[in-house]
Amino acid sequence: MKVQLPVVIAFLTGFIMVSAFFSTNPGIANFSQNLLTWVTIVGGISLLLGIVSILKVNIKIISKRSKDWGFKLILVMFVIGMSISGVVWGMGENTPFDWLFQNIQSPMMSTMFSILAFFIASAAYRAFRARTMEATILLVTAVIIMLGRIPLGQYLWNDLPNIADWIMAYPNLAVQRGIIIGAALGAASISLRIILGIERTYMG
Amino acid sequence: MKEIKILILVLIINIFHSGEALANSFDNLSWFRLDRFNALILLVVFSTVVLFYIRSAKKGKKLFIRKIAGLDAVEEGVGRATEMGRSVLFIPGIDELEEIQTIAGLSILGRVAKVTAQYNTPLLVPVRYPLVLAAAQEAIKGAYLGTGKGENYDSEMARYVAGEQFAFVAAVHGVMHRDKPATNVYMGAFYAESLLLAEEGHESGAIQIAGTANPEQLPFFIAACDYTLMGEELYAASSYLSREPRMLGSLKGQDWMKIFLVVCILLGVLFDTLQIGNGFFYNLFLEQ
Repeated sequence: MKVQLPVVIAFLTGFIMVSAFFSTNPGIANFSQNLLTWVTIVGGISLLLGIVSILKVNIKIISKRSKDWGFKLILVMFVIGMSISGVVWGMGENTPFDWLFQNIQSPMMSTMFSILAFFIASAAYRAFRARTMEATILLVTAVIIMLGRIPLGQYLWNDLPNIADWIMAYPNLAVQRGIIIGAALGAASISLRIILGIERTYMG
Repeated sequence: MKEIKILILVLIINIFHSGEALANSFDNLSWFRLDRFNALILLVVFSTVVLFYIRSAKKGKKLFIRKIAGLDAVEEGVGRATEMGRSVLFIPGIDELEEIQTIAGLSILGRVAKVTAQYNTPLLVPVRYPLVLAAAQEAIKGAYLGTGKGENYDSEMARYVAGEQFAFVAAVHGVMHRDKPATNVYMGAFYAESLLLAEEGHESGAIQIAGTANPEQLPFFIAACDYTLMGEELYAASSYLSREPRMLGSLKGQDWMKIFLVVCILLGVLFDTLQIGNGFFYNLFLEQ
């Protein structure tokens, strides 16, 4: 029962969603839309599960004074602090929650994203070392694309942006479409396996 | 079991909620979207081919599946972590549970957890969404119970770390710095954080295996990881690792469908170039 029931539910919901794609019937459309709304509602409620998990893991580390427990303390303080400020004063503009988000969380997230620039440079350095024929082709192509995307490229050679556009629109797009078609078939195949109950690993 | 109860509740409420509209709409006979008839044909053909190969596999027909180096490296990676006395880090993407790549990632997590259970290797699974957390905990628990190592299962192996994309990255960077996992496995939907995760993992000296169906993130994983599963390989991974005939049968069906599509593309190019059929073949594949 513990295995069969989820499989039956997966089959029914999968069948309804596929039917909704092919049907003009407002009842089926309404039913499938309700299912999607319920997924969102269940997802929202399950946020409590996440908060419990984050507090459980980190409070244990703090109480044992394990390695780097100070960072965990800051994390727990902010989880509780932001939750309380959101509940007590709301989340609108000029509230403590908004202040914490705009002045602490948002700049920290921007900082994380900005590190990407350095990581791209180090990854590109490794990827573009011309050790093999394939790596050399990659290097030459990358140089053309990068120069073709900046004014200096056009200044050096007027046709360079056109060549860069051609590489992006033909060889690059052809490969991308090949991957997308394969991935779409793979997604359809795994969906079929889930609907038919063949793929059950994700259920434990 | 808790999740199953929630799902049943959702279904029952939906049936009551939509029941009247459903009953009224039976009077309306124009149910089918004729403009999507081509998609229906493709779905029927695809399902038939896949089911045919699943049936053949069940009957015992031997199926050849090419080697996927990245998946063969999973066991090697777990073995390395065991020898070094370190953990395995697994990230099932950063998307919600309704994303099919996340489900594929969780299926692979189930297989990886079986290997870590056998070797008694610590497993860390940071996730971004609570629903993914519940599913990941179930997948790991199932794997540990399945290998007879239920007593080693810890619900904190999978943990919710942050709901925001870059806060999640910061948390994972912290794990990489502090715990120094010997093997990092990234399987699922990744976006701008792919290189941030993979490059940090590379810096920490871990062996890295990645897989995603987002083509724009593949170059980053290829540059920073030791093995990368591209597109369909992510979805094939669970079948490949399980070696179950039924699962492998579906892969074979998928391959034949790919050949069918390649033939259709070639015919489309030929018909359009020679202007045969006045665009009839092209129109067959128009997306509605």
